[in-house]
Amino acid sequence: MTLRGIAGYWMVAGFLLLAAVPFMQGRYVAIYGTQLIPVLCFAILALGLNVILGYTGLLHLGIAAFFGIGAYVAGILSTSGFPFGASFPVVVVVATLAAAAIGIATTAPTLRLRGDYLALVTLGFGIITVSVIRNLDAITDGTKGLTPVRPNFLPGFDDPVFDKTRPGWKDTWRGYPRLYFLCLAVLAGVVIFLRNLERSRLGRAWVALREDELAASCMGLNPARLKLSAIALGAGLAGLAGALFALSQDGTTEPRAYGFERSMLVICCIILGGLGNRPGVLLGVFILVGYDQIATPMIDNWMQEKKLNPNGKEYLKVSGWRLCIFGVALILMMRFRPEGLLPAARLKRELHPERDEVAGEAAAKLEAEDRGQRTEDRGQRTN
Amino acid sequence: MFESIATALGPEFYQYLLAGLVTGLLYALIALGYTMVYGIIELINFAHGDLFMLGAFFALQLGIWVGAADAKGQATGQSAILAVAVMLVAAPVFCASLNVFVDRAVYKPLRTAPKLAPLVSAIGVSFIFMNAGVFWMGTYDLNFPALVPNTNLTPDWTVAITYQHLMVLLVTIPVMVGLTLFVRYTALGKAMRATAQNPTAAQLMGINVDRVITATFAIGGALAGVAAVVYGLYVNSAGYQMGFQTGLFAFTAAVLGGIGNIPGAVLGGILIGIIEKLGTGYVGDQWRQPLIFAILIVILIFRPNGILGARTREKV
Repeated sequence: MTLRGIAGYWMVAGFLLLAAVPFMQGRYVAIYGTQLIPVLCFAILALGLNVILGYTGLLHLGIAAFFGIGAYVAGILSTSGFPFGASFPVVVVVATLAAAAIGIATTAPTLRLRGDYLALVTLGFGIITVSVIRNLDAITDGTKGLTPVRPNFLPGFDDPVFDKTRPGWKDTWRGYPRLYFLCLAVLAGVVIFLRNLERSRLGRAWVALREDELAASCMGLNPARLKLSAIALGAGLAGLAGALFALSQDGTTEPRAYGFERSMLVICCIILGGLGNRPGVLLGVFILVGYDQIATPMIDNWMQEKKLNPNGKEYLKVSGWRLCIFGVALILMMRFRPEGLLPAARLKRELHPERDEVAGEAAAKLEAEDRGQRTEDRGQRTN
Repeated sequence: MFESIATALGPEFYQYLLAGLVTGLLYALIALGYTMVYGIIELINFAHGDLFMLGAFFALQLGIWVGAADAKGQATGQSAILAVAVMLVAAPVFCASLNVFVDRAVYKPLRTAPKLAPLVSAIGVSFIFMNAGVFWMGTYDLNFPALVPNTNLTPDWTVAITYQHLMVLLVTIPVMVGLTLFVRYTALGKAMRATAQNPTAAQLMGINVDRVITATFAIGGALAGVAAVVYGLYVNSAGYQMGFQTGLFAFTAAVLGGIGNIPGAVLGGILIGIIEKLGTGYVGDQWRQPLIFAILIVILIFRPNGILGARTREKV
């Protein structure tokens, strides 16, 4: 069975494994298990960007801005400084819709831009959003961020775990599993939703647009509407992820967390795992974010305990090499496996025609044909 | 009308304008590196800003070695002229070699790959550079020795012109004029323009495209090195994140002027510099970034190819 064939089962196995984490015993689970909720949030964020970048092929460099919008909407709806005091479902739905609406509103005027210019506009949008969030002190509390984000689970439903007086989610691992399962369930829902969407008319239209915009529009697809729908869905998922992230961090954290670096990290995850392929994207997130949030502090703490780095030298810490490792990973991936660890079938075929059965056969056939015939053929093909 | 606006804006207006022009010229030098590389291989070289940062660190290190600065980057008052001269020669060489090396090692194998591949690799290179910067000089901003004094040469005027301003003008303008002459009149410059127009046709005409690309990366890197030295001497600080912010502004400048267009990069750089300084002066420092990017987005919407960029038709 191919790697890709197994991936479907591995996803189920992976979800079961993740669901089992809160039941595990041990010191490391207690310490680092709390770090798993952000990883789940980033997985939703990455799946959102995958809709924009992977399916539709729009290079969006500011996805973290939508993540931040979701987080701040959650903060505004549930912190005590505002009169809303919304419950969990309201927070999540409003955050998703707000991010999607802002995505549509900001992308609509820039639709006729292509490629690099669109990337630049989205980069600018990301930077503007972070600056605006930081500068609107009166609403967002500037660099401190809104805290605590602790909505009720359901209106009128006094869940002791969702109680406002309880300690924040991140303070105790014991109060944690419910939010953890909630995030896991949302992630599973998103994965299933995207799986069905990929095969729908809309999903196939996005791929057609990615492959050739002109040809797609000649076939009667409306590029503007398709791009907007991809942005809306991607931004909405990012907003959803942001709301969950704010819940898990018990606050919106500082605005810088939603800047360019986070957007880049998400892009790295998608590219490492496999552009346009759900299992690949999830794998990328768990490898990169897992490495970043869990493995690095684990090794650093271990080294500190063993007194391997007495002077606290930056280059003797694993966390000091963080960017370097990301950079080398990106470069090596682009050089040797640009389709990602778990590639989408179409992308793989495109990048490695010689390894593919169908394209390989076609190439062999061409090889076998008469030389003159072939050049004539090619001439027709390129025209 | 200009006079009346200037009066309304107050006496600081001209000072902001001067500061904007000077900063803008520095952005222009960096923007040239972006625009030349983009013009030839259509790569947004995300690592260019971080190359600039490493250039500044290298210059700072040279200053410490020569004895013009102490370990914290404060000027010691000794051998200032020697230090400036060494920096202005060595930093461009350093940046140029580094840029050419990165091109050979990272971008060259990806010439025929889809466009996303070199772009992502450039982001990777930028990460590595940033990490190298952290290891080299730490995470905190450092002083860059004020080897060029900040004395006011025109105490009687409303505009204070200092040696630092003059230094920036005296270095950047000749470099840009030289670059323009080089691209316009030398054989290699002609080859560059030809390659930018159509790489395949250029190759068929006997131009060694690989050599042209190497030369482009070398020149772009050298310009970033010059910019790094002058920026350090003008702003008197350096830190591992300076490359990101400055690089972003410079790239914006390149796009504003019309990416791939050399006079456009200079014009865009000066405009961005002036907008930045006026924005800082009248609106507030915290709104500087949003302002610049908002202007960028508006310009891209209404004139997607920049101010001086030629309109291109989509080919089928």
